[in-house]
Amino acid sequence: MPSPLQIADRSFQSRLFLGTGKFSSNESMRDSLVASGTEVVTVALRRADLSAGGDPFADILDFIDPEKYLLLPNTSGAATADEAVRLARLAVAAGLPNWIKLEIHPDPTYLLPDPIETLAAAEILVKEGFTVLPYINADPVLAKRLQDAGTATVMPLGSPIGSNQGLETRRQLEIIIEQASVPVVVDAGLGAPSHAAAAMELGADAVLVNTAIAISPDPCETARAFRLATEAGRIAWETGLADSQNTAAATSPLTSFLYEDTPS
Amino acid sequence: MSFVQTFNQLSQHKKRSPLLTRFESLLAPARPEQIESLARQSVALTRQHFGKTMRLFAPLYLSNECVNNCSYCGFSRDNPILRVTLDVAQVEKEARHLAEQGFRNILLVAGEHPKFVSNGYLENCIAALRSYIPTVALEVGPMESPEYQRMVNSGAEGLVVYQETYNREVYRELHTAGPKRHFDWRLECPERAYEAGFRRIGIGALLGLADWRTEALALAAHLEYLYRTCWKASFTVSFPRMRPAAGEFEPKYSISDAELIQLITVFRITFPHLGIVLSTREPAALRDALFPLGVTSISAGSHTEPGGYTGVGEDDLHLTVRGRRQELDQDPATESACSATGQFDIADHRSAAEITTVLKKLSLEPVWKDWDSSILSPNPLDAAEIPSPPPSSQLATTPTPV
Repeated sequence: MPSPLQIADRSFQSRLFLGTGKFSSNESMRDSLVASGTEVVTVALRRADLSAGGDPFADILDFIDPEKYLLLPNTSGAATADEAVRLARLAVAAGLPNWIKLEIHPDPTYLLPDPIETLAAAEILVKEGFTVLPYINADPVLAKRLQDAGTATVMPLGSPIGSNQGLETRRQLEIIIEQASVPVVVDAGLGAPSHAAAAMELGADAVLVNTAIAISPDPCETARAFRLATEAGRIAWETGLADSQNTAAATSPLTSFLYEDTPS
Repeated sequence: MSFVQTFNQLSQHKKRSPLLTRFESLLAPARPEQIESLARQSVALTRQHFGKTMRLFAPLYLSNECVNNCSYCGFSRDNPILRVTLDVAQVEKEARHLAEQGFRNILLVAGEHPKFVSNGYLENCIAALRSYIPTVALEVGPMESPEYQRMVNSGAEGLVVYQETYNREVYRELHTAGPKRHFDWRLECPERAYEAGFRRIGIGALLGLADWRTEALALAAHLEYLYRTCWKASFTVSFPRMRPAAGEFEPKYSISDAELIQLITVFRITFPHLGIVLSTREPAALRDALFPLGVTSISAGSHTEPGGYTGVGEDDLHLTVRGRRQELDQDPATESACSATGQFDIADHRSAAEITTVLKKLSLEPVWKDWDSSILSPNPLDAAEIPSPPPSSQLATTPTPV
């Protein structure tokens, strides 16, 4: 059994976080959450009813059991620090947890995070008592600046959101993981369970997956595959992997006869 | 520098980008199996970038008064049609009705008229809606950036402005009176809207006015330019085909259903992140077939006349003949049957609920709310408060002849 994940004052058995966009129905999303074994679920605040009025046409939160999952509101849609901070405050005012996945992407095409605005918003939100999990490009210096500012994790991308391209930022992720003093959650671009396993084998503390599960022909089975891959990658990292090399190494050594007892 | 310079060089093939060259080759006349292949690519890209979802919106017509003469448009100044401009309370009644159907994304549409659609009127309409309609967009006469900025500050998030046709000659022939005659002024509209802070900008061409492939190339060039220069905005396109309207305009060009599918899918393949809008201009059976193929946003149960959803506005309904107001016959029997004239006839009359059922059968989740007005609000906890209307707001209840 892999060790639990500790973020701020919370402990989690699962190291797979799930996003809730792009599913063919809220029911499909809810079933996928169960199949994934996740304990942390992120929801775009712009999709939810924040008026507490029980809007039946914006009822995504009704499909996420707060007893079972940590609901991690995200600020997707915000293009500036001001907008993200505003959304975070509104989420708390609407009764949501004061944990926030900070996403600021002014470019709506590739949804790449703005480092300047993200750092500015993180500084404000940490001071206001939020547990901040910032989505960032795989920039090791930015990751350290955010940790210095007091964020609870850093969430560098493997590749752009929804691209399913996997760990295009692998070398930068390795540096971020090596230098991290908070958990590193690889977020975005993980298109196959093998990508999740690879991120965990690198030493990531958790991964976040959405598109690959949501648009799969069978979201529940894909969620289960990501669950197993995440666990496998974590176990492999905790156990330690042998180094790779270019040449073959025989499993039956050639010179072992030298050290065997010779019959008298 | 604006798109006008780029547009003027579009006919020079050597200056076209690799993206546009590829776009043009994909849009060449295609065999059925090629269109099938385009459709398959388009479906995969759409699911990848937008998921198994479909956004819904509704147009809300505020006014069909207009100072422009556009040969193809039902609202054309010289058309002797029944006109009205809804007051803010009537607009709100229409919006409440749409909200009850589920709509959280409303497109406010109005003809271009400096007397009726002015003096804070649009700002008041936006402000009246924003406490319960998270996404408000506008499709109104072009403005300067500072005017657009007032719309953004009031809570408008999106702007739609179609060039109608990218063919200068045809444009000149069809727009015979009013400020809309100025081709370049309209062409630069999306850039002015971006400068003012609109997040979502919709462009398009009305198919039937000129050769559709040439229009599509210009539209693609426009998008390519806007993606580079207006990088913080998201873009949508629409491919409205001509529908019957007052004025009895006969389109000279046509585009078949297969060609429309080729057009939609080639835009999806060329611009994977592009929002593609499909209105109720198309008939139900074709709409159902198009929903999964690349479309990301649709309207449902639409009316193209002011007051069309609830019957409001009948109190000030009047006729205009060559721009002059004429009062209607006051006979209550005939009056009750009257409503304002629509911009064009819609073809898919199904309600929002019926469309929802269709989407679910196609395994597409209807997304009603995809924006929160608090994102743009200076104070989120005040987001539900409607700002006081500016004192200069004077909705003309006694329209004057144009």
